Amino acid sequence: MKIHEYQAKELLRKYGVVTPRGFHTVSVDGAVKAAEELGGKVWVVKAQIHAGGRGKGGGVKLARSLDEVRQYANDILGMQLITHQTGPEGQKVRNLLIEEGADIKKEYYVAALTDRATQKVAIMASSEGGMDIEEVAHSTPEKILKEFVDPLVGLTDAQAENLARGIGVPEASVAKAVDTLKRLYTCYMETDASLAEINPLILEGNGNIKALDAKFNFDSNALYRHPEIVDFRDFDEEDADEIEASKFDLAYISLDGNIGCLVNGAGLAMATMDTIKLFGAEPANFLDVGGGATTEKVTEAFKIMLKNPKVKGILVNIFGGIMKCDTIATGVVVAAKEVHLSVPLVVRMKGTNEDLGKKILAESGLPIITADTMAEAATKIVAAVK
Amino acid sequence: MSILINKDTKVITQGITGKTGQFHTEKCQEYANGKNCFVAGVNPKKAGEKIFDIPIYASVKEAAAETGATVSVIYVPPAGAADAIWEACEADLDLAICITEGIPVRDMLVVRNKMKQKVAKGGKETLLLGPNCPGLITPDEIKIGIMPGHIHRKGRIGVVSRSGTLTYEAVAQLTEIGLGQSSAVGIGGDPINGLKHIDVMRMFNDDPDTDAVIMIGEIGGPDEAEAAQWCKANMKKPIVGFIAGVTAPAGKRMGHAGALISGGADTADAKLAIMEECGFTVTRNPSEMAKLLKAML
Repeated sequence: MKIHEYQAKELLRKYGVVTPRGFHTVSVDGAVKAAEELGGKVWVVKAQIHAGGRGKGGGVKLARSLDEVRQYANDILGMQLITHQTGPEGQKVRNLLIEEGADIKKEYYVAALTDRATQKVAIMASSEGGMDIEEVAHSTPEKILKEFVDPLVGLTDAQAENLARGIGVPEASVAKAVDTLKRLYTCYMETDASLAEINPLILEGNGNIKALDAKFNFDSNALYRHPEIVDFRDFDEEDADEIEASKFDLAYISLDGNIGCLVNGAGLAMATMDTIKLFGAEPANFLDVGGGATTEKVTEAFKIMLKNPKVKGILVNIFGGIMKCDTIATGVVVAAKEVHLSVPLVVRMKGTNEDLGKKILAESGLPIITADTMAEAATKIVAAVK
Repeated sequence: MSILINKDTKVITQGITGKTGQFHTEKCQEYANGKNCFVAGVNPKKAGEKIFDIPIYASVKEAAAETGATVSVIYVPPAGAADAIWEACEADLDLAICITEGIPVRDMLVVRNKMKQKVAKGGKETLLLGPNCPGLITPDEIKIGIMPGHIHRKGRIGVVSRSGTLTYEAVAQLTEIGLGQSSAVGIGGDPINGLKHIDVMRMFNDDPDTDAVIMIGEIGGPDEAEAAQWCKANMKKPIVGFIAGVTAPAGKRMGHAGALISGGADTADAKLAIMEECGFTVTRNPSEMAKLLKAML
């Protein structure tokens, strides 16, 4: 689960990381009021969406008067902000963060994430703050430093100092940077984050260290023990169909193609999508109905797939294990009738009670095309939509 | 022969009294020598009772001491599953198989580091398979987990995969063209897990009764690439490789918590390229995994 920058900073402050003072608002008047309350002569008006690259897309502006705050807030609120992470349609801006200006002397990058290979928490740091870190990793990988933290021990002073000195924090500010890194690590662990990134972490003229921007992702398996983080969820930033699917315990992700697919199991679902592409079309979605698909779940899955106007055909691929093919076949028939299915449907079933499942499909009176292998199913659906 | 388990393996079921645990324990008992293999269950509140004639003990340690079991299978719900793994480890079992899906990553991080620390201090190593996996099977001998037993045939091909249903797909293809399996292993779809592709490939390489292997991977993480590099230097048997997720977009979690493209090296294309370079016969068509393997024998 992702959260907004203003929420991420709220979390960081709770753990003692210093951030600029600022207020979240959803209106232009609120933005001006926030700036008045902050005082000073310079403010930053920041669009809040769940995507990076906001500055380049015109979603972050430096205002030098209250009039400018008003003007920028007016410009940014409601705009379709397009960044390299939003896709070409962009994301509508509904929230703003108004912050005091900062005296930036140097920008760094720091982040915490879970490293699969070492099974430890990686704390990464770079002298190249404020940039796209993937670009830094690609062009100058030597500028990214890493320390691997044993969760039974925690981030040690020595590790934090290595990172702080390694990225060139001046000696007088090393203690402050070490403190920030340790607080970031604690915050990462205690909130069950899967990514906690501060980019940039800045050194101010007076030697202070501050988090100027922040991004968090959370482990959805652990949200049950963090109601305070679940409260941060912003449904406006998520795909409506994906939210709808999650209510029925369906893992759904919409994609750009025109073949809807319904599969049991994440790996088989990806393999099915890949097979569709291999045979000349593109999948319209990823959809894993899971291990215990009922008629109701299959019906909902059909409804969600068909909401997408690009869908010109559907491929169902089920490997019956514990879930029996006849159960799924019944679900498919009921669903197809209920939604008055008007696009071609190819069903491939394998495994437990396969013959019984095929019989149910054949006797349904519906124009369902059957196939024995994934490749055959893909060939048939691709031909049917052409 | 086989890897990790055989008809003489004695198994403890942790979470045997829950709905999932009961359902699958019954299926596992019905499969091949299952009646003799599943010898104990654990639930501190129901110690002394029986379920399907299987005695229930208060702890894994007690169950192991009483029955001589060396393997456990875990169906405990997510919030308590990491503790269940640790209990199996503290009881010095050889292998713990965790079926549970949805365990918080932090819990897995902590328990994996505890397990490593125990070994570093000279303690016995308990291997972990999973979590979020279908388990493993040695056809006609023993099935531990949630896979459909009837699609398997005894034979000489090893299968290893992160995904459950994709393992079944490979197994069914093999069975259909007359190739049986020595063992089929699901290592699970989570980012922090126990046995990885490389570990299972090593075991198949050492197993005199495995002639060839189908290795199936997914987007996300470095595991398949690591296994491929190891195979290049060490593997003496033919391998067919497939990676699911060529069409998966970056930054989206594709069902499995571990199936998430995070850098550039963990895309399906990148992994397929490394596997090919390391001598695997790779395919982009998952329907021909078994056919390709047969051609190599």
